[in-house]
Amino acid sequence: MKKMFAGSFTIVLFLIHAHMSYGLSEAFKNSVYNPGHLKPIDSRLKVKVGEPAPDFTLPSLSGEKITLSTFQGDKNVVISFVPAAWTPVCSDQWPGYNIAREIFDQNNAVLIGITVDNIPTLYAWTREMGNLWFPVLSDFWPHGAVADRYGILRSDGVSERALFFIDKKGILRHAYVEDINVRPPLELIVKELKKMNRMPSLE
Amino acid sequence: MLKFMSSLVLLLLSYTFAFASALPPPKEGELLPEIVLPAPQDADGQRYLGVSGSQTFSVFDIQAEVVIIQIFSMYCPYCQADAPFVNELYHQIQKSPQIKDKIKLLGIGVGNSRFEVDFFRKKYDVAFPLFPDDKFVIHKQMGEVRTPYFIGIRKHPDGSWKVFYSKLGGVKNADDFLKTIRKLSGLN
Repeated sequence: MKKMFAGSFTIVLFLIHAHMSYGLSEAFKNSVYNPGHLKPIDSRLKVKVGEPAPDFTLPSLSGEKITLSTFQGDKNVVISFVPAAWTPVCSDQWPGYNIAREIFDQNNAVLIGITVDNIPTLYAWTREMGNLWFPVLSDFWPHGAVADRYGILRSDGVSERALFFIDKKGILRHAYVEDINVRPPLELIVKELKKMNRMPSLE
Repeated sequence: MLKFMSSLVLLLLSYTFAFASALPPPKEGELLPEIVLPAPQDADGQRYLGVSGSQTFSVFDIQAEVVIIQIFSMYCPYCQADAPFVNELYHQIQKSPQIKDKIKLLGIGVGNSRFEVDFFRKKYDVAFPLFPDDKFVIHKQMGEVRTPYFIGIRKHPDGSWKVFYSKLGGVKNADDFLKTIRKLSGLN
């Protein structure tokens, strides 16, 4: 009987695994590692909507350091955290944003991509996506410090798949933590950007 | 006993689902599993495919002898780069009075919402119908292929649709692709 249970359990695990859905571009060929189905969310947000978004400075792929607060007074900011380079859903997220620059431009916003991977890994991975128009930042060292400050660092050291919308005054207007196994739809970004532009914060 | 029964049920369910998710990609020479899509929202799309109705339609109902199915994603860099060549393929077909009513082209955006598919359509000025497969239902039916992937099916006298083309990779060259389609489908 015990064996029977163990067997069913294994198969159920396989079943869950087999049901993880993602499309994968041929651009990444066989280089993408499949981590299987993961716990949807494995952290607790430490930031609050309506409060100033925690500032940070991180190195970007182009070599320059980027500081969140430099956008204050000038641009809305969308931060896209993706869990890890060379994984299925993440590999098919930023290439979509790469053809959607007008969505950000029209809403007076910049996009910043962040992962906890180191720069060489990010470089190799993003090269497969074509030339990205937005900066990609590495939150590698101290490992995942920014992700942790925002409350989206998972127990295994990668970040959640999350979007943060920060207005021109540096106020966090929306925090969206998606199931790590799923890609947030593009329309969500459009909706939140429009909302942010329509109703500037009062502070 | 109850425990045993529940294990058994779980086991059977698991096998069913495991089987369902392990469908292979369509094979050349074989029948295509039926693909059901949301009805085109615009009159042009309905006219082009020759389908009516406001809910769904089957790919097998398309008024054509050959249907080329593009499996793509708005998020896939190769699909983005290939979009102009797929457009060129469509325009070449439409320009030829010989084949324009016989070959129809459609795209299925795997894991893409309607908004995302529309975004792709506007971005690349795609004139043939594109459909969302936001829940990956068709993607699973088609063996979870990588993108871009093309499937060509030909209607046979008995009304069945057989796969004559099933390959990973983009159009790349519209002339060559169309020649291949005409040759493999036997459509002259």
